[in-house]
Amino acid sequence: MITGSKAGTVEGYATRPRWRGRLAALRGLDWPLCVSVLALSVIGALLVRSATFHSLVEQGQDPNGFVKRHALNMLIGFALGAVVSLLDYRLLRAYVPILYGLACAGLVAVLTPLGATINGSHSWIVIGGGFQMQPSEFAKVGLVVLLAMILGEPRDGEIGPGTRDILFALVLAGVPAALILMQPDLGTTLVFIAVVFGMLVISGTRKRWIFGLVGGAAFAIFSVWFFGLLEDYQIDRFTAFLDPDADPRGAGYNARQSRIAVGSGGWDGQGLFQGEQTSGNFVPEQQTDFIFTVAGEELGFIGGAAIVLLIGVVLWRGLRIATQAADLFGTLVATGVVCWFGYQAFQNIGMTVGLMPITGLPLPFVSYGGSATFANMIGFGLLQAVHLRRRPFD
Amino acid sequence: MNPRTHFRLVVLYVLVGALLLVLLGRLWTLQVLDGERYASIAAQNRTRDIVVPAVRGMILDDRGRPLARNQSSLVVSVDRTALARQEDGGEAVLRRLGKVLGLGYDDIQQKIRLCSPTVERPCWPGSPYQPIPVQDDTDPRAALQIMERKEDFPGVTAQIQPNRVYPAPHGATAVQTLGYLQPITEEEMAEREGIKVTGYSAVDLVGRAGLEAEYDEALRGEAGYRRVLVDSQGRVTGIAEEQPPKPGYHLVTSIDAEVQGAAEKALKEGIDAARRNGSPADSGAAVVMDVQTGRLIATASYPSYDPSVWTGGITQKKYDALLGEKSNNPLISRVTQGMGPPGSTFKVSSVAAAIRAGYDLHGTYNCPGSYMVGSRAFNNFQGANLGTMNLHTALVKSCDTIFYKFAHEMWIRNGGKNAPLDAKNPMVETARDFGFGSRTGVDLPAESEGRIPDAKWKREYWEATKDASCKHAKTGYPNVAKTDPARAAYLKQVAHENCAEGMVWRAGDAANLSIGQGNVMVTPLQLVRAYAALANGGKMHTPRIGVAVVRPDGSVVRKIDAPEPTELPVDDKVLAYMRDALADVPKEGTAAGAFNGFDLKRVPVGGKTGTAERWGQEDMSWFASFGPTKDPRYAVVAMVSQGGFGASTSGVIVRNIWEAMYGTKDREPILDDGRLPTEVPRMPAAQGAAP
Repeated sequence: MITGSKAGTVEGYATRPRWRGRLAALRGLDWPLCVSVLALSVIGALLVRSATFHSLVEQGQDPNGFVKRHALNMLIGFALGAVVSLLDYRLLRAYVPILYGLACAGLVAVLTPLGATINGSHSWIVIGGGFQMQPSEFAKVGLVVLLAMILGEPRDGEIGPGTRDILFALVLAGVPAALILMQPDLGTTLVFIAVVFGMLVISGTRKRWIFGLVGGAAFAIFSVWFFGLLEDYQIDRFTAFLDPDADPRGAGYNARQSRIAVGSGGWDGQGLFQGEQTSGNFVPEQQTDFIFTVAGEELGFIGGAAIVLLIGVVLWRGLRIATQAADLFGTLVATGVVCWFGYQAFQNIGMTVGLMPITGLPLPFVSYGGSATFANMIGFGLLQAVHLRRRPFD
Repeated sequence: MNPRTHFRLVVLYVLVGALLLVLLGRLWTLQVLDGERYASIAAQNRTRDIVVPAVRGMILDDRGRPLARNQSSLVVSVDRTALARQEDGGEAVLRRLGKVLGLGYDDIQQKIRLCSPTVERPCWPGSPYQPIPVQDDTDPRAALQIMERKEDFPGVTAQIQPNRVYPAPHGATAVQTLGYLQPITEEEMAEREGIKVTGYSAVDLVGRAGLEAEYDEALRGEAGYRRVLVDSQGRVTGIAEEQPPKPGYHLVTSIDAEVQGAAEKALKEGIDAARRNGSPADSGAAVVMDVQTGRLIATASYPSYDPSVWTGGITQKKYDALLGEKSNNPLISRVTQGMGPPGSTFKVSSVAAAIRAGYDLHGTYNCPGSYMVGSRAFNNFQGANLGTMNLHTALVKSCDTIFYKFAHEMWIRNGGKNAPLDAKNPMVETARDFGFGSRTGVDLPAESEGRIPDAKWKREYWEATKDASCKHAKTGYPNVAKTDPARAAYLKQVAHENCAEGMVWRAGDAANLSIGQGNVMVTPLQLVRAYAALANGGKMHTPRIGVAVVRPDGSVVRKIDAPEPTELPVDDKVLAYMRDALADVPKEGTAAGAFNGFDLKRVPVGGKTGTAERWGQEDMSWFASFGPTKDPRYAVVAMVSQGGFGASTSGVIVRNIWEAMYGTKDREPILDDGRLPTEVPRMPAAQGAAP
């Protein structure tokens, strides 16, 4: 964790002219993180092409239409990420209320007639001109920064947040989480829970709080199940997860088909763009939520493991940044982003290989998407921002 | 950084690492350890096997004219399993389909329900896993509508399929001989080797009767299959593997469409005429055989039906109409399964038997009006006393009393009532030599053996019926007595006799047999073969309809040869004598009226009338013939149940068939210089053109 040689670069950032500091910042970036994110993005673009090529040909459209749009999204995303990484993240605190307010407003708007249903989830706002956005993706960014602000400033003499802070954080996080659950988007809600829980733990919250929350969550899950609060399709998905062959054409279809696609990839895969399960569109949503099946079938274990390892590098660098952050706020921002990416990646790959029940979540940096790509890149930018202003000594 | 946060970050490191390892481990088992299994599942996932049915071969007449062929038509089928998967069990789809096809929802429902003993037709007798045709002459526009809006019709397919049609060239329907097709049952499918129909496939039909059944294996060909690549929607994206079907072979038959058509027409007209004269004429048959080869040229059976009822799933009403008493079983061929006492046509056997028993072929015999057999008088036809005559005249004029005497004397010689069961009976033996009482071995699946009654049969019959007879002998027939006391009394006496001495072969039984009356039963096919043997000098052929199995290109796969004919153990001189006598029957004998105006000089035909009495029914009318008498080529037999005199009904039918074959002043002959083609004909153009 010691990177003393770079310390000098960072040491004087406050005293130099701003533009110089920013230029010099390039050298201070976490390059393994950059490279991994870039690699995942390139692999993702190739997989998106493979996943959409045949159905676009069939529909008589430009077979590269999806991948072109995806490349554009990535460029915008990288730009966003670059801007964010150069910001002094500590200044974000001033904008947190605005960010939070915008996120909640967006989520409320989704539930109004402005909202639209795309691919079965009612989580979109159509902006017009063929553009639409998914406020819940940006809400993840808002949540991370908000929680970091609330939990990252313990009172003097305390090493963790106090009861008031924790309750405040839970209430403020609960509002967007509830709005997202109303869409309904269980997957994103679970990401929220993972982020809140991870950040609470790392912020130094006392154990009794942590165990209390775990107990409360268990009780909540039990009552949801017991009182039948879940939608039928959610129960079906869960049953399908437990026994994917129970209803191979219904709820278990996705689980079964995606396992078949991944499994049939074997050691080294069918070859990029050569997957027959992929070209036959056996797995629905294979350019977004089920992108990993394309990797599994076409690139095999080698390709699938490479993606897992690249994500591992992202998470490792993220945790390293959290550890080296200049203050608790920075640590919590990095932790939040790691929990977000980590949970989402595990959930996404896990469901395609039958480890997790199916919930609609994209694979960070790999899946096709606009809002998701932007949000991921902002998250990446936040990590870099914390990294650029890390502690001189550690 | 405080130590608590630091420690917890380390825990998070470990947790993240562990989760990633879990993912990698899962990937390893899924892809590396189980990869091959999933690859094979994926392959099944991506492919569908489609059975490509073979086009069924045609059934052709002797000149290559199709009697049964295939016509392409658009068939709309419904897949039960796909419907069952829909929320409403497919009701919405079927209702939409009904609108497009112009059928009611209930009609479709009935067609696709599975047959079982408790289900009425229409129902589906085939496999529940194959698409069930609901309409097989779909308007192309309706079919297009279905194919274009596939999403509205899940589980419905429209495809071009060959339909069996029976074009009846020259009016030759020959329905009972050709038979019909029905969907294969699951049991039959299980027994069949080779490609099994699974999942998507066209209907597989099996011959259920007639030539379609007899030559099913040659006609049906061998199904092929196509392994197609499909996407998740089941859309075909390519072909992985293909084994084309082998089309069925054609069957060339000896049936001549023109002669067949003429025979059917003559039979129908004869029956209509008999009905105009007040006879019930419930059924009949006409059959033409090539006497030199034993091949059947025409096989007409009445009542008949329209074979198009089979296509597209038969309704219960139509099926009942085919099986019921009322319709008199039009499915059954009266040629092979119509039976009755043959009357005087049987006398050719009796003459041969008498000669075998030692009577003089050239002797003269008295033909009184009646002959006493024991205590009972057996009369000549209409009791006429015809005086003394030779056997020639006995045949021409159809004297009965001469044959009673022969039979009675033979019976006495054997020991009368006390004759041992296995005593040699020349009448019975000769009849058996002529092929009566056993199956001819014709290449058709259903054939009756008829019956030549003898002492042994009588005993067996008595043992089977004595309980009932003895009961009636005591109690009489009170039910019959209410309406017809005379008949009841007669029946009671018969029952009494049957009970007391029904096991005995009595003189009266022998007398009845000698003139083809009583318990003797003969099929038209047996009779035509016997007359063919008489005509050809004693060769007993096994009748054949199939001539050759040929490939679609016309090359011969195999010729269908009958077994070598057996020799009729009757002296050639006797046969020649009888031929000579029968030649006079149309000229001056019992058939002179029927053949009035027939050009016997040009086409000399010999024949014999038969009028068989049956209790409670009108007479059964027979006429058996052969010709030309000098160089016999064909034997023609007609039979009409309850048709009246042999001469007046069947004689006219036979005459009309001869006239059709050889022509008249006003009518072109069917036969070129009196012969039918003997070579395997050239094949007609490829069948199954687009609809």
